[in-house]
Amino acid sequence: MQTHQYDVVIVGAGGAGMRAALEASKDARTAVISKLYPTRSHTGAAQGGMAAALANVEDDNWEWHTFDTVKGGDYLVDQDAAEILAKEAIDSVLDLERMGLPFNRTPEGRIDQRRFGGHTREHGQAAVRRACYAADRTGHMILQTLYQNCVKQDVEFFNEFYVLDLLTDHDLTTEELDDDAEVNATGVVAYDLASGEIHVFQAKAIIFATGGAGKIFKTTSNAHTLTGDGMALAYRRGLPLEDMEFFQFHPTGLAGLGILLSEAARGEGGILRNADGERFMERYAPTIKDLAPRDIVARSMANEVREGRGAGPNKDYVLLDLTHLEPAHIDAKLPDITEFARTYLGIEPYTEPVPVYPTAHYAMGGVPTNVKGEVLRDSHNVVKGLYAAGEVACVSVHGSNRLGTNSLLDINVFGKRSGRSAAAYAKTVEQHLPIQENPTERVEAQLSEMRDRPDGERVAEVRKALQETMDANAQVFRTNESLQQAADDIRELQKRYRNVSVQDKGTLFNTDLLEAIELGFLLDIAEVTVLAALNRRESRGGHYREDFPDRDDTNYMLHTMAYRRPTSAPDAADGHVEGYFDHVEDFGDYKVVLGSKPVTQTRYEPMERKY
Amino acid sequence: MTAVVEENTASSAPESQAGAVASFEVTLRIRRYNPEVSAEPTWEEHTVTAYGTDRVLDALHKIKWETDGSLTFRRSCAHGVCGSDAMRINGRNRLACKTLLKDINPDKPITVEPIKGLPVVKDLVVDMEPFFASYREIMPFLVTSGNEPSREHLQSQADRDRFDDTTKCILCAACTSSCPVFWTDGQYFGPAAIVNAHRFIFDSRDEAATQRLEILNDKEGVWRCRTTFNCTEACPRGIEVTKAIQEVKRAMITRAF
Repeated sequence: MQTHQYDVVIVGAGGAGMRAALEASKDARTAVISKLYPTRSHTGAAQGGMAAALANVEDDNWEWHTFDTVKGGDYLVDQDAAEILAKEAIDSVLDLERMGLPFNRTPEGRIDQRRFGGHTREHGQAAVRRACYAADRTGHMILQTLYQNCVKQDVEFFNEFYVLDLLTDHDLTTEELDDDAEVNATGVVAYDLASGEIHVFQAKAIIFATGGAGKIFKTTSNAHTLTGDGMALAYRRGLPLEDMEFFQFHPTGLAGLGILLSEAARGEGGILRNADGERFMERYAPTIKDLAPRDIVARSMANEVREGRGAGPNKDYVLLDLTHLEPAHIDAKLPDITEFARTYLGIEPYTEPVPVYPTAHYAMGGVPTNVKGEVLRDSHNVVKGLYAAGEVACVSVHGSNRLGTNSLLDINVFGKRSGRSAAAYAKTVEQHLPIQENPTERVEAQLSEMRDRPDGERVAEVRKALQETMDANAQVFRTNESLQQAADDIRELQKRYRNVSVQDKGTLFNTDLLEAIELGFLLDIAEVTVLAALNRRESRGGHYREDFPDRDDTNYMLHTMAYRRPTSAPDAADGHVEGYFDHVEDFGDYKVVLGSKPVTQTRYEPMERKY
Repeated sequence: MTAVVEENTASSAPESQAGAVASFEVTLRIRRYNPEVSAEPTWEEHTVTAYGTDRVLDALHKIKWETDGSLTFRRSCAHGVCGSDAMRINGRNRLACKTLLKDINPDKPITVEPIKGLPVVKDLVVDMEPFFASYREIMPFLVTSGNEPSREHLQSQADRDRFDDTTKCILCAACTSSCPVFWTDGQYFGPAAIVNAHRFIFDSRDEAATQRLEILNDKEGVWRCRTTFNCTEACPRGIEVTKAIQEVKRAMITRAF
């Protein structure tokens, strides 16, 4: 075991983690721990753009952007956070340009902007050009630019280190704490993939920037490594997860593969058609058609297929038509995604429409934070020294449905904020708090139990079963019955998980072992996603219940807060879980208690969402 | 050790059913190395059932997930943008996630080896540190002086297009590890580092081109390039790597130090 001491430790080296690192490392001794080399992070797969009301090409302002974000999220957005997001977007984009990001340019040499789903002028009048972009590899350029600046600033990285535990000075899973009791994060425990060694990082402030959990689904745009590690670690340590039922299905995944084709394809004029060649979005969103927000487009596509108007031999996808666009325009603005169509499906987008179907893309929910990036341990108390930013976090700027280009924005705005907050807080702490005795105990027990189990079921079988039930039962359309099926399946899979074994028993670069650990994270995240979805008996944003097709503001204008508690702990009746939903699932050795948190509303009254 | 694993072919039998995707058998011949087991690498063959859209990465996963969990390789995004899974496939550097099995003659065994010129850690995993060290040396970041503009720097689209090609680099090391100069001289900066220097040397906003050219004028710099075009052929992003290196060489001659 090795131990390290830093002022700030950042977990994850995607956009949010590196943006935080650039801030924190200016003022505090900072380390970034990442399970991948930083440039492998999935921020690099983001394509279309980053929203900011620069008004470089047409009239725009941050207030319209705030409104679009709030409406896009079906009013479950915390409006104070959305306002910060939209206001600080402008500086975030300019920061990146000054760091070197090669944005596409207008004829005047300014940052060019294009249309994207749900972004409008004058509160929904028409689509607006708000997305700043670098061809269709904006995320790639953001990731590269942030890494380049980390090299410039000599940021310290621990690459291919898996953080497997969060250390706190109170055990939130078992202790009963007073309402305003102080809880501190003290460090993390990490596993060095190359050597198999355990490292303890003691820190005054810790930032989780571990990304999403798309691998709970089978069809996903997410990387193999997006297994919800940060969310699951916080959850296992007794911290709540917020709004996990809201998962975004991106409309245009390559059919059968889930590989993302940017919404920029539609921003640049691409049209969705059914088997009859009909531009069906005209029926579902008459004003902005193909540029409606993702939840609406994804549902419309799924509905076309369900009603028999799907294309292809099995009528199981729709078509993204770019054939009316000039090949030169496609090459200039959408080179990568058209290459994906050629490489993976053998389709030439100049002349043939591309088969597409919704693909699991983004977790709107996550570890709850306030606008400074501080992590909440309930609806209002923070954990001192613990921060989160990016997809792992829930601020909540995305509410129940994120607008395209708002995630690259989120990582920059809230990555920067959490980096600053963490460094400022670390400076106020004179000495590192003592960490618990045997800090590596849990991790070592978990690893050796998994490694030493002589035989058992394969990890991949359990994972595949999980992904299949999630795709079948918790995707675009959900019902009580389908979600209950998913919940039952997950319960069974949790049992099977206790009996999986790995074949690689070695210490060096044991990816077999880590895949097994990651499966544990996936199961926990899928479980909480499904339970939260079962509990929310309404339809809002990315969460659509066929048995409750309407939004129900009377009962559900609330953020879900899911807590994992020991079976012996009292249920919420004692007041420890605010806004208790009266929904407790007992899993034998633990239970999941669902509470809530109010939505912050400032200037926008909830309205019916029409486009 | 050679382990030929026959997958259950019955599962692929109903391929003639309407709408079913045709499957085929493919054999991967993989170079295995695990220093915890043996100091010497071995070759191992695995036969798996594959489908039309399957890539080499899918076959590797199939082996790892169904047959031998100890098979070790890096991967993440699985669609050619993260740069984790560069490997030598039938003697050519490619990304496993971007190489369709049907496109590389599945009738013969497909050889899969780690990329060359970097120390092998385990199976298909190499130590990437020397590669990133070269990258860091060429000052891969924008350098400007004077007051920051209050808005963005202005740059014409033509100036932006000047270095567009080299911004595509995903640092997968396919180019560098395909370079015969790099194989024999690990000190050589290698194509990827030069590509990333090019990306800034030709950026109209940048002011450190001279310093980068000085760094690359070193005896281990651009002049080691023998213009074999292996790098251009290897690049999974279609970057004209050799051309970029030539442009850097020309800049050295034409720009005053």
